[in-house]
Amino acid sequence: MSKLDLDPALVRRARRLARKAGKPVVDLARGHTTVSVERAVLRLAGVTGADPDGIPWVNHLVDAVVADVGLGHGVALPVFAAAAASGVDDLTLLAQKAAAGSVRFEVPTGRAATAARRAARRSVAAGIRRIDRRRAERDRLIRRHGDPKQRPWIYLIVATGDIYEDIGQAQAAAREGADVIAVIRSTGQSLLDYVPEGATREGFAGTYATQENFRLMRAALDEVSAEVGRYVRLTNYASGLCMPEIATLAGLERLDMMLNDSMYGILFRDINPIRTFVDQRFSRQIHARAGIIINTGEDNYLTTADAVEAAHTVTVSQLLNEYFAHEAGLADWQLGLGHAFEIDPDLPESFRLELAHALLARELFPRAPLKWMPPTRHMTGDVFRGNLLDGFFNLAGVLTGQGILLVGMMTEAVATPWLSDRDIALQNVRYVLNACGGLREDFVPAPGGFIQRRAATVLAEAVELLERIVEDGLLTAIAEGTFGIMKRPPDQGKGLDGVARHEPDYYNPATEILDAHRETP
Amino acid sequence: MTGSIVRPYGDTTGDGMVQMSFTLPVPLDKRAEGAALQLAGKMGVDPAMVVHAKQMGAGHTFFVIYGRVNHLVDLSAVRVVERDFPLLAPKEINQLIRQRLRRRLVVVGACIGTDAHTVGIDAILNLKGVAGEKGLEYYREFAVVNLGAQVSVPELVERARAERADAVLVSQVVTQRDAHLLNVREMAAAVREAFPAHRRPLLVVGGPRFDERMAGELGVDRIFGRGTTPREVASYLVHALVTNRPAQRRAAA
Repeated sequence: MSKLDLDPALVRRARRLARKAGKPVVDLARGHTTVSVERAVLRLAGVTGADPDGIPWVNHLVDAVVADVGLGHGVALPVFAAAAASGVDDLTLLAQKAAAGSVRFEVPTGRAATAARRAARRSVAAGIRRIDRRRAERDRLIRRHGDPKQRPWIYLIVATGDIYEDIGQAQAAAREGADVIAVIRSTGQSLLDYVPEGATREGFAGTYATQENFRLMRAALDEVSAEVGRYVRLTNYASGLCMPEIATLAGLERLDMMLNDSMYGILFRDINPIRTFVDQRFSRQIHARAGIIINTGEDNYLTTADAVEAAHTVTVSQLLNEYFAHEAGLADWQLGLGHAFEIDPDLPESFRLELAHALLARELFPRAPLKWMPPTRHMTGDVFRGNLLDGFFNLAGVLTGQGILLVGMMTEAVATPWLSDRDIALQNVRYVLNACGGLREDFVPAPGGFIQRRAATVLAEAVELLERIVEDGLLTAIAEGTFGIMKRPPDQGKGLDGVARHEPDYYNPATEILDAHRETP
Repeated sequence: MTGSIVRPYGDTTGDGMVQMSFTLPVPLDKRAEGAALQLAGKMGVDPAMVVHAKQMGAGHTFFVIYGRVNHLVDLSAVRVVERDFPLLAPKEINQLIRQRLRRRLVVVGACIGTDAHTVGIDAILNLKGVAGEKGLEYYREFAVVNLGAQVSVPELVERARAERADAVLVSQVVTQRDAHLLNVREMAAAVREAFPAHRRPLLVVGGPRFDERMAGELGVDRIFGRGTTPREVASYLVHALVTNRPAQRRAAA
């Protein structure tokens, strides 16, 4: 079965170390909350909409609670106690009153606390049931329309900035063979500490992630799914400062995949590490519940560091992402662990190195639908060479059994893809799948040969790095620039002021329900 | 033919052969091919051959054309607009700072005033960068302090002093009632007031609505408009602060 003849003891050791490195961070996450986690709770409880300036009512409500009693108790009890005391059952209305300064919040005690707790739990449970219904609906649609006939699934990006333009492009891409559509977000959304509202028609190099945009695109893909006879999946991004809320909105609007990496925001967006790990855990619990496949972001390391030298950091991050995902209740089939074809093509034997790395990921995570990312770093304006490189990328994906293949564009370094670029890129994928879709069966690296040796080296380096991380602590490792080249200390970065340690009476009905779900066998 | 006149080269000198591709928003049929040839003809390609035509979806067709272009290129009439600073690769940028400045070049960036649009400053400064180019954080020899949005001018000046900034980068997107111009003037005046002329950090402003020629009028050293990449900014900083640092610039400023 194994093509790399990896040392099973070393693989077990790598997993054990990842758990050991991740555990303290999970404990930290379980003892803290953030403004975005609390806003997600309110969204589950049914608070919707925004003020005329576009600031959501959940932001107003959380800000008002924080101003009166702080964040550490959670907002559920103060909000539901205020609702009971003021007789305003509609929480959105309560938020509007709070924004106007006409509601005071306090942490209830005694019978008021018990009543608030019961009301909060009932209300949030209703939100989680809505997510459950959307998941059941997805299962039904997959049974009706079917899954893609082949692996890897073909994943294509649209990014016009205008949701209505995106819809046309996404439907066209699905008709041409795309199995998964990703709508790239507007630059900078990850650093907004609120989720924009409504259908949006302008963005910077992408389209804002909003609940309404999610709904519009999912409806459009449902339409085209029926037409092409397979369920076309929709992807967006649960990253940045509003990760928990965007995950929640994705669950409510039946998105199927979400980009969701445990460290991306810290390293590439300078978001505070604690904020990120707390938000991460909550968003992954929601994804687990919603049946959403997460896509992790290891490909990003290779765009900043050398893909050969840093190969083991990808493995380490995949192992950490796997641990954090399992801990949050995600099943193996939901782990689209990322990696990429980013080795300098001028390097001798670069393709064999790519195969070794890709196969290592495949064998370490045999049940995960790995997300295979195309070359970007070494793409130039030479579109002909780019198309060839993408062909080799597609071939590596087929040979090593990747689960989700992000279609590479030969115009990667030139412009956002044109209609014809996408068509040529899909033709490239189809040729490879058609010419050698089953070649994986015949691809058996020579025992003790180049590929086996390279994979063993990367795994050994990964174990070595994990040992160092366990020794120093993951937060210290991040602070010292172990991943990528960025140094990110835990007391700095964006969004730190939206983090609070749990008070003894902290209550979050969503986590309570999701934790219980996770522990059910 | 004089030496300064050239034509495209296919496989014989002077054959004028070119290859091109484009999409027309029509389904593939005889008329579509005719339309492609008409476009090629108007572009000066005659005779032109449609060597490949493929319909994409219901209403678009992709064409590949080979043909002879009847235009001539006069090399003596080519005018090149030179950038006033060389565009450098990240490696060269790091190397120049390391060798000539012998310390990290400190950049403090912010969105000033009420502007909350950090898109621009983040694209230039964040590791993530923009359009496939990494931001200034990616360069080992830059020490980047990104203060984010809605930073007040005094706060920015104070931080620039504390960090001993070599350069201050300010991004402005909102232009209501010329807020971007007012904010920049205020910032430039405050910086001049706070620093002796020879120690003043380089002032760089960016935003989609600025006129790049207004630097002098606004009291800053450089303005970057829409579509500027981190590498251009990095190259400019190295040019202004390392390789082409005239003693008089700082004295005269």
